[in-house]
Amino acid sequence: MASHSVAQTEIELPAAMLELPTSVADWSIVFPVVIALMAGALLAMVRHSRGSQVGFSVLAVVAIIVIEIDLFFRVLENGPVAMTMGNWLPPFGISFVADVMSVGFALAAAVVTLVVLIYFQAEIVPRESRHGFYPLVMLLLAGVTGAFMTGDLFNLYVWFEVMLISSFGLLIIGGKKIQLDGAIKYGFLNFLATTFFLVGLGYLYGLIGTLNMADIVLIAPAAEPAAMTAIAAIFFLAFAMKAAAFPVNAWLPASYHTPDAAVSALFAGLLTKVGAYVLLRILVALLPEQRDVFDPLITAIAILTLIIAPLGAIAQTNLRRALGFFVIGGIGAILAGIAAPSVLGVAGATFYVFHAMLTMSAFYLVAGLVERVTQATDTRQMGGVYASNSLISIMFLILVFAAAGLPPFLGFWPKLLLTEAALQDADWWLAAAILINSILTTIAGTRLWAHIFWRNGREGKKSELSNDRLRELKAPEKTFALGASVALVLVIVVIGLRPNLIFDSSRVAASDLLQTENYIEAVGLELPTQANPTTGAPQ
Amino acid sequence: MKTVIFKTIAPALTAIMVVFSIFVLLRGHNEPGGGFIGGLIAASAIAIYGIAVGVENVRKALKFDPISMAGFGVFIASFAGLLSLGQSFPFLTGLWGYIPFGETKITVSTPMLFDIGVYFAVVGTIGAVALALEEEDDDK
Repeated sequence: MASHSVAQTEIELPAAMLELPTSVADWSIVFPVVIALMAGALLAMVRHSRGSQVGFSVLAVVAIIVIEIDLFFRVLENGPVAMTMGNWLPPFGISFVADVMSVGFALAAAVVTLVVLIYFQAEIVPRESRHGFYPLVMLLLAGVTGAFMTGDLFNLYVWFEVMLISSFGLLIIGGKKIQLDGAIKYGFLNFLATTFFLVGLGYLYGLIGTLNMADIVLIAPAAEPAAMTAIAAIFFLAFAMKAAAFPVNAWLPASYHTPDAAVSALFAGLLTKVGAYVLLRILVALLPEQRDVFDPLITAIAILTLIIAPLGAIAQTNLRRALGFFVIGGIGAILAGIAAPSVLGVAGATFYVFHAMLTMSAFYLVAGLVERVTQATDTRQMGGVYASNSLISIMFLILVFAAAGLPPFLGFWPKLLLTEAALQDADWWLAAAILINSILTTIAGTRLWAHIFWRNGREGKKSELSNDRLRELKAPEKTFALGASVALVLVIVVIGLRPNLIFDSSRVAASDLLQTENYIEAVGLELPTQANPTTGAPQ
Repeated sequence: MKTVIFKTIAPALTAIMVVFSIFVLLRGHNEPGGGFIGGLIAASAIAIYGIAVGVENVRKALKFDPISMAGFGVFIASFAGLLSLGQSFPFLTGLWGYIPFGETKITVSTPMLFDIGVYFAVVGTIGAVALALEEEDDDK
């Protein structure tokens, strides 16, 4: 590149930019996003040669995982690190900030993506239209990782758009009628939420003149409180829609069951969790005073989501639609952490996001296996899988218990933290709702399990007749689909039995979110020395 | 569209628009223009040519699939951001270099490379959409 070699000899930089050189190690903050973006772009260029796509995308995701593991332990030990793009001083440049929460979630997202990529290899006859799958997955991962890492609200909007567009593409790969139907509902409501987000951004910028998250923490307390409350309300609505909290959850069960099981798993693990993460970030870290105003509302929504979602799951007969309601129930648990924002509560919500990413993805992957074996999507047409395929039934039951939060599985630990936080906060109804959610989820999950696995045959047939529509898994399905699902379920079981690392990191993530000094310092803004919050201007 | 006037003028118009789009792209850093608007002009050139001679011929003339061009654009735009890695500057820092050329000098920079990436991304995306829409018309 000519410009590069020339640039090395003569560099001119305007004054008033960052003076300190950026160490190469700090680049690992942007590498995950850049690798995913460049890999997606490259794969889009060569999307007609299928052979190279799989290997290359797996390689890119593994590289991302390695970088993020390294970054995670560095951040866990030394606190948040940041990089502000283009050498501009914050808050003018766009900052990427890696703290324990953002890197931890990005890592979980990359692991889920890797498992889904391997699972997808079970597709025996890839159709021409599937060739967009790999670039879109990489771009989705770029969007999700960017949303977790960014320290700027407008940049967050951009990553949401990247995510929305690639998820839109993934949703309609295959082009079945039901997929287009799901995509319309998904697309319309998500565009609406994005519009609310953008409106909120406009008001916020008009009011305080900055969208840098660290800067907002400094300036927000001095701003007009009534206007800030309205802005927080708009953000709350927008991201509650994105996260599919009750009562704006209708798009999720209407769309998540329509694409391939691998794509559903990716969506369940990644998309709603980004909305939940942003709710945590904005309501707990950026606008805590406004959150206090909304505390009764958030508590009410958390309780309703926790209780109504598993009831919806009980009412469903379509397997993956029922799982959609489990995803929504998890969002209720995360909202419970926001409603009781002590270190305990936020740590519980953080842990829950991590757990939900892994467990919900695994759930959809196993549901895909069940659909393959029974050749049906409706639980009424399923039955007798326990006799023919006990491994799938064991995985399904483990995931039911993990989702419900029964010890010693993964979901138990965050719910323990959340219940304790709700009790400390004297939110009795919230604590009760978390426990009722566990019971209802167990009922819904075991009901599904009884219908799919325990019952001999299909509904309406004589009970002694076995299900005649069952088929064996073919060889590639066994290696890739079953193998990937077993691996992910094993990870869930092992972390459930040894949760100490996640416990500790959740606590660190929570205290970093509640005490923002480290975050602001990492971005490079000056902390106010006296109680004068308007000193948020750059050094 | 089968009118003789349009069919005759379209190739010339397309050529002028593509050249103008590159001009707009390169002047863009300090004056009105840039990768996005340049890319839009080039994409309209593709659309006009497609209306005049049919989508199949445009695809042949382009050699590369528009989506591949978009991918290429995103790739080199990200690559332009990575170039500051060797200089210990953050991602996307603009690096500037000057090549003496007779009495004047030519400026090369990573923002220009980034802009070229944007140009390709826009040409590719909008071109792909335009050609897909025109193909629909061809079917009727």
